[in-house]
Amino acid sequence: MSTETAEKKEEIKKDAEALLSKRRKKLISDPLVDDNPITIQVLGICSALAVTTQMQPTLVMALSVIFVMVMANLTISLLRDKIPTRVRIIVQLAVIATLVTLVNEVLKAFAFDMYKELSVFVGLIITNCIVMGRLEAFALGNKPYDSVLDGFGSALGYSWIILAVAFFRELWGSGSLFGVPIFDAVSGIFGEDFQLATNGLMVTPVGAFIILGLIIWVQRTKTGYVEH
Amino acid sequence: MQQSNAYVITFSVILTVILGLLLSGTSEVLRPIQKKAEELDTKKQILGAVMQPSEIRNMKDEEIEAFYDSRIASKVVNIEGEEVEEDKDGTPVNAETVDVGKNYKRAPEDRLYPVFIYHEDGNEEEVIAYILPVYGNGLWDNIWGYLALQTDLSTIEGVTFSHAGETPGLGARITSSDVQSRFTGKTIYDEGGSLQSVSMQKGEGRDYSDDPHKVDGLSGATITAEGVNKMIRSYMSHYEAYLNRKKDEKEIALN
Repeated sequence: MSTETAEKKEEIKKDAEALLSKRRKKLISDPLVDDNPITIQVLGICSALAVTTQMQPTLVMALSVIFVMVMANLTISLLRDKIPTRVRIIVQLAVIATLVTLVNEVLKAFAFDMYKELSVFVGLIITNCIVMGRLEAFALGNKPYDSVLDGFGSALGYSWIILAVAFFRELWGSGSLFGVPIFDAVSGIFGEDFQLATNGLMVTPVGAFIILGLIIWVQRTKTGYVEH
Repeated sequence: MQQSNAYVITFSVILTVILGLLLSGTSEVLRPIQKKAEELDTKKQILGAVMQPSEIRNMKDEEIEAFYDSRIASKVVNIEGEEVEEDKDGTPVNAETVDVGKNYKRAPEDRLYPVFIYHEDGNEEEVIAYILPVYGNGLWDNIWGYLALQTDLSTIEGVTFSHAGETPGLGARITSSDVQSRFTGKTIYDEGGSLQSVSMQKGEGRDYSDDPHKVDGLSGATITAEGVNKMIRSYMSHYEAYLNRKKDEKEIALN
């Protein structure tokens, strides 16, 4: 993420108002913490629990959601004056479902192992409330470029939370990160007697609830957010 | 904004056609690549029964293809152990394309049973192991795998399992090499030559190294473990005729 912010700053210098004005930057930064889809709006919990046992599938899931949200927001925003109000929900669903199927097909062709592991959950992006929520609340009433930023921001807000959850779940549950055995390496440094035990609870969905709860707790303590 | 019905219908039709074309186009373009990926995955699973997962992971896709071509011979047999060249409709069968899951839905007598023979490089007569597919039910969904038998046709050389939807951390552990290695060295026949199969026991952490038919179980996943037991037992009985034929052949060769 640090490289991204650096890039953004450069762009601002070149073309401050048009590309990334303060308002537009807020579109991306708001969903990261202050209006995070998972921790504040509490949307998209099901997939956050299901895919986060390991970092690698979680990363693939995050990238898929970013792709789907950006493209769906763009498409709906481009069509926003053409879409008949009465069937807009079905139109949104059709666009999302098409994008998700595309992601699934591409994964099946080029990353078969990931496809096997994720196919059910990638399919469930369709029902991820975050995606449709943004289409309904933002893309239908805003210009394409703003919608792309909004989709990107919300997807990023979702992504960093599930990656954080996956980080702790894989580390504590399986003693590894991205499949690299961290706990074994630590034992290697301190000798045979020093063994780190993994916690089976972290591998089950219960572990995700606990981690997610802790993240929300820390976040709300810091921001002072209270539900009304 | 209230649009006319005609507009709504026209919009829906156009959208459906565009999205439909997009999807079918992608599927058409990607299908050959997907098919290749699927075949490669099956080959990896078959080889997984006789190789360490780390070895397979370190091989490139082309290396796996080449290794598979030079080391694995395959045939299809029926429940009587007879080699089958074509299916009921007369189309030639190929062990690699037999869908074990689809066959599982038929009665055992009507199924096709692929056999993969792991042999020395370039010599199909020098068999190292017979790899037999197995298929069954876990707790939530289907489980399947490959079981490799040594040339005595009883000792397990290795197994590999996959599943569609077992519980992560519990039943899904059947895919871990640490669980699969527990089967290695066990035998499916007793000394008298009758089928005993191997079975995972209830509970976990006990030492069954002196019992050739018992395997340490999965704590918290007894039903998945029982599914594995049932799967192995039923498929070993379906392959029994073939295995017996092979045994007879061997005895004739020895005499």
